[in-house]
Amino acid sequence: MSSEKIELPGTSLSEKDFEEGKILYNTDEMHAEFAWDTGVGIGSYLSALKDGVILGSYCSTCRKTVVPPRTVCEWCFRPMNHYVPLQDTGKIMTFSLCYVTWDVQRIKEPLIPAVIEIDGASSSHGILHLVNEVDPQQVHIGMRVQAVWKPEKEREGAITDILYFKPSEEA
Amino acid sequence: MGMRKVAVVGAGMTKFVRRALETPKELAWQASHMALQSCELTMDDIEAVCLGTAPDSFDGLHMNGEYLSDGSGGWNKPYMRSYVGGGTGVFVPIQGWYHVASGLFDVVLVVAEEKMSSYYPHAQAAFLTIFDHTTERPLKPNLLWIFALEMNRYMTTYGISKADIARVSVQHKRNAAHHPAALLGDAEITVEDVLKSEVLAWPVQRFDVSPVSDGAVAIVLAAEHVAKRLTDKPVWIEGVGWHLDTSYWTNRDLAYPRYVEYAARMAYEMAGIREPRKEIHIAEPYDPFDYKALHHLEGLQLAERGQAVQMYIDGTAGRDGDLPICPSGGLLGVGNPIAAAGLMKVAELFWQLRGEAGERQVPGHPRRGLAQAWGDLMQVGTVLIMGR
Repeated sequence: MSSEKIELPGTSLSEKDFEEGKILYNTDEMHAEFAWDTGVGIGSYLSALKDGVILGSYCSTCRKTVVPPRTVCEWCFRPMNHYVPLQDTGKIMTFSLCYVTWDVQRIKEPLIPAVIEIDGASSSHGILHLVNEVDPQQVHIGMRVQAVWKPEKEREGAITDILYFKPSEEA
Repeated sequence: MGMRKVAVVGAGMTKFVRRALETPKELAWQASHMALQSCELTMDDIEAVCLGTAPDSFDGLHMNGEYLSDGSGGWNKPYMRSYVGGGTGVFVPIQGWYHVASGLFDVVLVVAEEKMSSYYPHAQAAFLTIFDHTTERPLKPNLLWIFALEMNRYMTTYGISKADIARVSVQHKRNAAHHPAALLGDAEITVEDVLKSEVLAWPVQRFDVSPVSDGAVAIVLAAEHVAKRLTDKPVWIEGVGWHLDTSYWTNRDLAYPRYVEYAARMAYEMAGIREPRKEIHIAEPYDPFDYKALHHLEGLQLAERGQAVQMYIDGTAGRDGDLPICPSGGLLGVGNPIAAAGLMKVAELFWQLRGEAGERQVPGHPRRGLAQAWGDLMQVGTVLIMGR
């Protein structure tokens, strides 16, 4: 039996069918609240952020430095218990100029999410963050960037203690 | 390895639409009913059911597998939902395959369903919960970010232009114009149209992306002795593979999908394939975004790194080319109800290899095809090889 010999089932609706009340529907909102324990590895990462330091962890078996730090090495499955302070500088591995927010609102000035390879971590090891204080058209892969931190008193031990990354002055 | 041969003997699907009137259960039943009818079986002949559906957050229903159980025929049977994100659609037939290959069951129904439209106002926001809650979500990421970041890394690494990548979208949407289930089939679309579409998250534009969709697909699997009684044209599952890369997705180079390579190598070895570019006659790589089809063709070893786009430039990937890619129209053209989209590719191979794909039929009596899906937070690859 070939797929196009018959009319396939499935009925398409449009937004209008809802607006004009042609179909019945109900709506609901879920209220889900969570308090996530940060755990051992990420807990150390966050408290270091509060002190203005990006922390990684080092596996002496694999000789790898990863960021964010974790308690187990994925490669050898041994404990990874050497924390290493990294630089707060790095280079852009990849980036996007994003004109929609997480809930699909349009924005004029793009957000610039990027994966930033952190200096001191192993090659290709980076974190997701935002880039700012730059003409979006000038951003490129390989661009050197540095972290812009919240004032020390306002830091709370969160990834947002780094406001964003900006092109580094050395560049 | 002492495994039994397993054939696909029937397939069915609903239309893929932006918003379906039918509930998830109703969609699942429509596809299942059609699949059973196609091989003249009833639910009494089915010994077990494998269900695939992606994140519960789309439906706002926890335990979505249980919710879908009546529509997918799971009641009163061994029944289990499997889930590997976007890779689910090709994983769930693998799950069905080992149910039968192991000797546990002779006839298994495999169902994949997705209804993304219930999440309001846009399913996009449901994806926020796939990011790490402590290190990533406070940055308010959206799903487009990871694709845009990966696409930029891919095109910059190999120096591929947006205009060339747009050829993928054009060809898949043109192919889909012949698919009766298609949501975005368009025989007239051009590269210009893609390049002029709204910029969402550069380098990703609207027509680079597959649509949010509702739909369901089902197939019937049978052990050799049953399959040969049911049909003269069984389509055998010759190889399966799946593989996972690190979930720390910022800790690897996004330019190349190694996990797809490992999944493909597992499947090729099982199928006895040494030269995939000669031995695979149709490929349905996962194409939620146009560059992803290229990325995956390279991981599947069907093109050199950075060279997959040449297949679209020189016509190799066309429906009448040497290695037709996504003759169904893929996710870009037919639509992307996540788990159902992957199983749609498997159903397409079933129809193509039996010579029943009508207007979409690839010429030259193709003997072997490959379907692949990809998912989780960019790190799972699932591969299925079928032949007649």
